[in-house]
Amino acid sequence: MSGQVKKGYARPLDIKHGCVDMSHGGGGRAMVQLIADLFAEHLSNEYLAQGNDGACLPQGEGRMVVSTDSHVVSPLFFPGGDIGGLSVHGTVNDVAVMGATPLYLTAGFILEEGFPLADLARIVESMAKAAKDAGVKLVAGDTKVVEQGKGDGVFITTTGVGFLPDGIHLSGNLAQPGDVLLVSGSVGDHGMAIMSKRENLSFDAPILSDSTALNGLTAAMLASGATIRVMRDPTRGGLAATINEIAHQSGVGIHLEEAAIPVKPEVDAACELLGLDPLNIANEGKLIAICAAEDAETLLAAMRTHPQGQQAAIIGKVVEDPHGFVQMKTKFGGRRMVDWLSGEQLPRIC
Amino acid sequence: MKYVDEFRDGEVAQGLARAIAAEVWPDRRYNFMEFCGGHTHAISRYGVPDLLPPNVRMIHGPGCPVCVLPIGRIDLAIKLALENGVILCTYADTMRVPASDGLSLMRAKARGGDVRMVYAVTDALKIARDNPGKDVVFFAIGFETTTPPTAVAVRQADAEQLKNFSVLCCHVLTPSAIMNILESPEVRDLGTVPLDGFIGPAHVSTVIGSRPYEFFAEEYRKPVVIAGFEPLDVMQAIRMLVRQVNEGRAMVENEFTRAVTPEGNAKAQNLVSEVFELRRSFEWRGLGEVPYSALKIRERFAEYDAERRFSLEYRPVPDNKACACGAILRGVKKPTDCKIFGTVCTPENPMGSCMVSSEGACAAHYTYGRHKDVEETPP
Amino acid sequence: MCLAIPARVVEIAADDQAIVDLGGVRKNISLALVEDVQVGDYVIVHVGYALTRLDPEEAEKTLTLMAEAGLTEQAAAS
Repeated sequence: MSGQVKKGYARPLDIKHGCVDMSHGGGGRAMVQLIADLFAEHLSNEYLAQGNDGACLPQGEGRMVVSTDSHVVSPLFFPGGDIGGLSVHGTVNDVAVMGATPLYLTAGFILEEGFPLADLARIVESMAKAAKDAGVKLVAGDTKVVEQGKGDGVFITTTGVGFLPDGIHLSGNLAQPGDVLLVSGSVGDHGMAIMSKRENLSFDAPILSDSTALNGLTAAMLASGATIRVMRDPTRGGLAATINEIAHQSGVGIHLEEAAIPVKPEVDAACELLGLDPLNIANEGKLIAICAAEDAETLLAAMRTHPQGQQAAIIGKVVEDPHGFVQMKTKFGGRRMVDWLSGEQLPRIC
Repeated sequence: MKYVDEFRDGEVAQGLARAIAAEVWPDRRYNFMEFCGGHTHAISRYGVPDLLPPNVRMIHGPGCPVCVLPIGRIDLAIKLALENGVILCTYADTMRVPASDGLSLMRAKARGGDVRMVYAVTDALKIARDNPGKDVVFFAIGFETTTPPTAVAVRQADAEQLKNFSVLCCHVLTPSAIMNILESPEVRDLGTVPLDGFIGPAHVSTVIGSRPYEFFAEEYRKPVVIAGFEPLDVMQAIRMLVRQVNEGRAMVENEFTRAVTPEGNAKAQNLVSEVFELRRSFEWRGLGEVPYSALKIRERFAEYDAERRFSLEYRPVPDNKACACGAILRGVKKPTDCKIFGTVCTPENPMGSCMVSSEGACAAHYTYGRHKDVEETPP
Repeated sequence: MCLAIPARVVEIAADDQAIVDLGGVRKNISLALVEDVQVGDYVIVHVGYALTRLDPEEAEKTLTLMAEAGLTEQAAAS
């Protein structure tokens, strides 16, 4: 053999055509290479570069806020986003709606044997971009590999750390009769983007997931000076579940105006076709806020000037109600309850 | 959405509400049964009762094919999935119906049964083509609206000789159910359920036409107004019923003229009679055995009949003793009359058929209307 | 009864298939249960099948009747 091999040559990971195999989770060289060639390629920062088992973080200003979320969305790539971006946005948002400034994320990956490395690279790249756009750093991570058939391609768990300045106290049990309820934009986009792909619907104007980081919006809202009682992001279960949770926690009733709730026409139409209610459909880039009545207009204005709050609207008010019912005046004129569902909403034929 | 939004217009609703209020006689009570589960759902979802005068009461009928599907039939579907190892295709509506042994189709899926939700029967045909080595059974439920698509699918399977495809046929018939209610002692003799008229089903009627209801109007002297699916349709139909009652008429009228004709869809009817024939009797949950009320697959298409292929034997299973669904389905009791409504029996933990489907009377009331049970003053 | 929705036929294909549009959302459905459907017609769709054509003239008549009900009452009240 006459070929000269360069000193220190290591065969690079075949990201284009390769797949995850059991060795990548084994803790040995294959795993190190996966991390170096694929993850570090996109996610490098001073903490990851240290290469230690844990990241040592500086003290922040105020109280520490922690949140965690697991992501098992299928399909992994959907109109408007993917599981990578979603995993960053979801956790950033959970920290942000507490009133805190999210700073750091960790990410745990459970990879299925056979999962294409090209897809993994896309996902990691997407995470890196989402983190950068949100101003957060991914400081620690882990990968495990499970046998084929025991995973759905990839599951990602992210944990977020942020700091809550003194003087801010938001909680689901603080809503009071007289308060006003706002939403940051149209509801049902994410869930219907996923559902439409599954049900092979096609669109003139495609429904895109609204997956995005909301910490810029929450910062603007907190800076407006409005007295905000609680912010929450309605993910699974939709607007209905989140509003019911808060009503229940605060021991109050909530009255909504259906005509005020923003829903995109395509989402409305897709829901009609499948027999679904937009209020029960997941969102990944929206929040609701409850504030003192006198501050509602100020808060609304602050939200509308921010790119993620342009369609913000006042959609209801908090009332006295020991039963904690959420009721809605329909566009039709009658009233009905908005209940949270017992399980996932399934398309109807009847 | 054209032909949808216009029929949900709030301002027109106010006008119709005033018109109905002006036409009712102040000292008379009007009790109308909306037969169809879809109407129950529309009435609840849009808050229609708020726009009706207090002396007009809507009674929810048994026109919800999921609600009237007996436990024994779901057991057959579950058995096919868990014991016969078929790919069981079903509409989403049936997934959570509780069956025997604490099972449901959703739970059977969790236990390893290959249960798949489909939007259309054509999806089941595709699954059969894609899985030639496995038996694929389509769980066919529904009234006359849903039966023609199943008929088309069976003929399609036959044309393609799709030998691994079969249908578990649980299609039921509307006129028989209406007859059963009208014949029940509470309605006929005792007068415990004062029934002044029916709102006839929307989409069933596009298939069967308005003619089949003429028998009920004449024989039982009850007006029937066929109504479209949207809340304005329902209100217009109520107005027409009030008028008939006031004028002492008992006729079939059609509010849904944009989609229903006297004869219905002959092409669909012919396809159905080609593939299906009447069962002598069929058990309905809550109503008991009802003669000539359901369909089975004809001999000619026997190889696509899951009951024959898998030698299935139907075993009736009684409902929970505390469950008042039977009485509720017949309009004899209201959901709130049931001892276990809202406590033991909730949408998360349904004891009977009325709570299972989103348009069963109990589920609709629980999900959309239970605030009325407790409130003293509306906001 | 069952959940069915009026949608506009935008394309007709072989084997009794068609594409309908509802508010900008398109879906494949079957025309096996109906006859003489043209592009531009509205059909009532249930579980992936068109059940019948919707008659636009009758729809207008019904809407007019409904709207008139309110006007009559307003006139009577004033």
